[in-house]
Amino acid sequence: MRHRITALAAALAAATLGLAACGSGSLEASGDLDSSKLTIYSAQHKNLTEAWGQKFQNETGIKVQVRYGNDSSMGAQLVEEGASSPADVFLTENSPAMTTVQRAGLLAPVDPATVAQVEPQYVPSSKDWVGIAARSTVLVYNPSKISEAELPASLMDLADPKYAGKWGAAAGGADFQAIVSAALAQEGEQKTEAWLKALKSNAKVYQNNIATMKAVNAGQSAMGVIYHYYWYRDQSLDKASSGNTKLHYFKNEDPGAFVSLSGGGVLKSSKHAADAQKFLAFVTSKAGQDILRTTKVKEYAVGKGAQSDAALPPLASLEAPKIDPFTLNGPKVIELMTQAGLL
Amino acid sequence: MPTPVGPAPSPASRPAPSGGSGSSPWLRVAAIAVALLCVLPLVVVVAKALESGVGEALALVWRPRVGELLRNSVSLVVLTGVLSTVIGVGAAWLVERTALPGASFWRVAFVAPLAVPAFVNSFAWSALVPGLEGLAGAVIVTTLSYFPFVFLPVAALLRTVDPGLEEASRALGHGPWRTALRVGLTQVRPALLGGVLLVSLHLLAEYGALEMLRFPTFTTAILDQFEVAFDSRSGSVLATILIGLATTLLTLELLARGRTRHVRLGSGTARRAPRARLGRATPLALLGVLALTVLALGVPAWSIGTWLSRSDQAMEPTDLGPALWSTLGLGLVAALLTTIATLPAAWLVARSRSWVAVLLERVTYLAASLPGVVVALALITLTITYARPLYQTVFALVLAYVILFIPRAMVATRAAIAAVPPELGDAARALGDSPVRAFVRVQLPLMLRGTLAGSALVFIAVTTELTATLLLAPTGTRTLATAFWDASAALDYAAAAPYAAALVVLSAPLTYVLLRGNHEEPLT
Repeated sequence: MRHRITALAAALAAATLGLAACGSGSLEASGDLDSSKLTIYSAQHKNLTEAWGQKFQNETGIKVQVRYGNDSSMGAQLVEEGASSPADVFLTENSPAMTTVQRAGLLAPVDPATVAQVEPQYVPSSKDWVGIAARSTVLVYNPSKISEAELPASLMDLADPKYAGKWGAAAGGADFQAIVSAALAQEGEQKTEAWLKALKSNAKVYQNNIATMKAVNAGQSAMGVIYHYYWYRDQSLDKASSGNTKLHYFKNEDPGAFVSLSGGGVLKSSKHAADAQKFLAFVTSKAGQDILRTTKVKEYAVGKGAQSDAALPPLASLEAPKIDPFTLNGPKVIELMTQAGLL
Repeated sequence: MPTPVGPAPSPASRPAPSGGSGSSPWLRVAAIAVALLCVLPLVVVVAKALESGVGEALALVWRPRVGELLRNSVSLVVLTGVLSTVIGVGAAWLVERTALPGASFWRVAFVAPLAVPAFVNSFAWSALVPGLEGLAGAVIVTTLSYFPFVFLPVAALLRTVDPGLEEASRALGHGPWRTALRVGLTQVRPALLGGVLLVSLHLLAEYGALEMLRFPTFTTAILDQFEVAFDSRSGSVLATILIGLATTLLTLELLARGRTRHVRLGSGTARRAPRARLGRATPLALLGVLALTVLALGVPAWSIGTWLSRSDQAMEPTDLGPALWSTLGLGLVAALLTTIATLPAAWLVARSRSWVAVLLERVTYLAASLPGVVVALALITLTITYARPLYQTVFALVLAYVILFIPRAMVATRAAIAAVPPELGDAARALGDSPVRAFVRVQLPLMLRGTLAGSALVFIAVTTELTATLLLAPTGTRTLATAFWDASAALDYAAAAPYAAALVVLSAPLTYVLLRGNHEEPLT
């Protein structure tokens, strides 16, 4: 009997160890973090983060581990963890989460040399973090459900009752909330609030950008507010989720032409501050920005002189509204969305 | 997934004459500790909700969004509850009380849907009918997933109940319909209510299926809140309302159950009820049960099978190995710990059945009928504020599993202990063994088999748990359920299919366990 119990205990111990050992081959930290490694909290796409991390690790010999999460919850998590956070670097998909961490006073200033590598309009006024990539808001539409002539001239026009039931968005996600924060910065609280109320009654809320795009592709919704790269990525593959759709750019400095900045920052509490600054310098360097093209993530490069994917219309041609990403107010957006009954 | 309040004590668990071993104070301390652990989430969530005053909390309650969520949650519970009752009772009657051909096959077919987790079922339906969503979609998918919870206990009762009362009713001049409604329905009422309660609690706790079908309820809204604001007060306020709803359901069931009893008194064996002949209605009945099987089993099987064969079209490659191993590891560890946690209270109840012991046992049922999201949220608040080193560890996740699934092990452990004569332990003590040695050498081996059945139920529940795992799994720990969720959230059906198949295979033994046991105990 005792032998059997010992065997059972051994099996369980082995299973638990197996738990810790899984996930090899990727930089993703599983279970406990290794404090000797450079720790990245990444809300960015996994394949992009992995590509950056692997190349950096190979070139510098600095060992990297990554925790993955989403913009908002990871930003809030960093604030909760405060000075005792194990994170050295934070990478986001959109700027509001970075601003949350910045306002909590948790970010260290970025090396001036790194700031100098990035186009000036993609660095916030505070210089506590830098842009590492960019994505543009687009309206994806299904020409068999709505003609180009009928499309709204502005993102704000989607509140018009004539578009009721004809559009959708992933309102619960950080991507969409960044777009709302741009509308808030440009159009003010009152207009944004009214627009959100219209969204609540007129639009279909989807789980994420992909679900939104697929619904438009399938004709369940005539239009959808998404980021550009989901569409370009699917177009470069088998077009299974976007074959029936087209993109409409609002341009004209409309809130719907908002270009959202993915950010990178170094935590003040980092125990590997020099390595963390090196990582950020690498990500914004020519080699780092080229990875945006080679991994086919279809996000825009923001480094000086960096080339974006050839399939994309040039960033400068999008006539994006000029907004200091530092002014984007995440908590206020969540408050407004809560009031509108979206959250 | 929640489990209902206490089962009726089965004959096997009737207290044995008290032996010396039941009264150790340490045992009582351990049982109290486990009970406190189970109540902890409740306290933490409510405390967090009221953190900055009742006024602020009420402001978060009185808003249109909460009204919408309440409307959605209640209409889902009512509609699916009614449909599950109609389908579950109808199917049970056809299988157990009529001459329907192939009854033993249908009996298995109507329990088997429990092997398909609801979130996998909604994936299967969405892949087949892309436009399925909202209340209608949610009601269809959840009914097909959960009607077995009604079917199983009602069928078990119909199979064994003595037809004497029904015959008396007929003899007194009531027609067959009147008899079925007045006597039959009254007799199955306890089983029916238990089943409907289980369906309702599952509906309140359901996240994956409803999120996929774009039907917001409290549980999905709490996860949305967590996404945008992490460990927030508004999330805790929603969770508190959810606790209120679950408690209301438990109370309603208790009230509806009433005090009337319908049992056979006296000696002798109950007769089996004669089976009604369906006659010309046979083809119609067969068509009905066939349609139900196609909808509840055929659709998921076909959908998963189709996408499995197209898994080369996946956008993200499926990495089944690591997810499978961590799922099995978590399942084993949680099953072992859960079973150990049940020992003190189960021992006390089986050996002494004092009111304190019963209370300690029942408390664990109450806490576990809370949705997984509530327990997870509480553990996040708790570890972040008071036990930071435990935050983002496997330990917190396993703790959630233990709290959520204790009742499944409790029932089995209690019965297993009751089946061991306490005199054997006394004999070992008399021959010089210490209490611990007597337990390990004599009693443990005897109760091991029964206890393992409970552990198996916990293991299956853990391997298919989604909601608490999403919130508590340390980053980098991916289970089959969360890996499936990631792939299906990106509508990457081909990548999700292998995980879905693995989840179904892991849960399949559940059907066997449920059919084999004569279940008057928590079914999940």
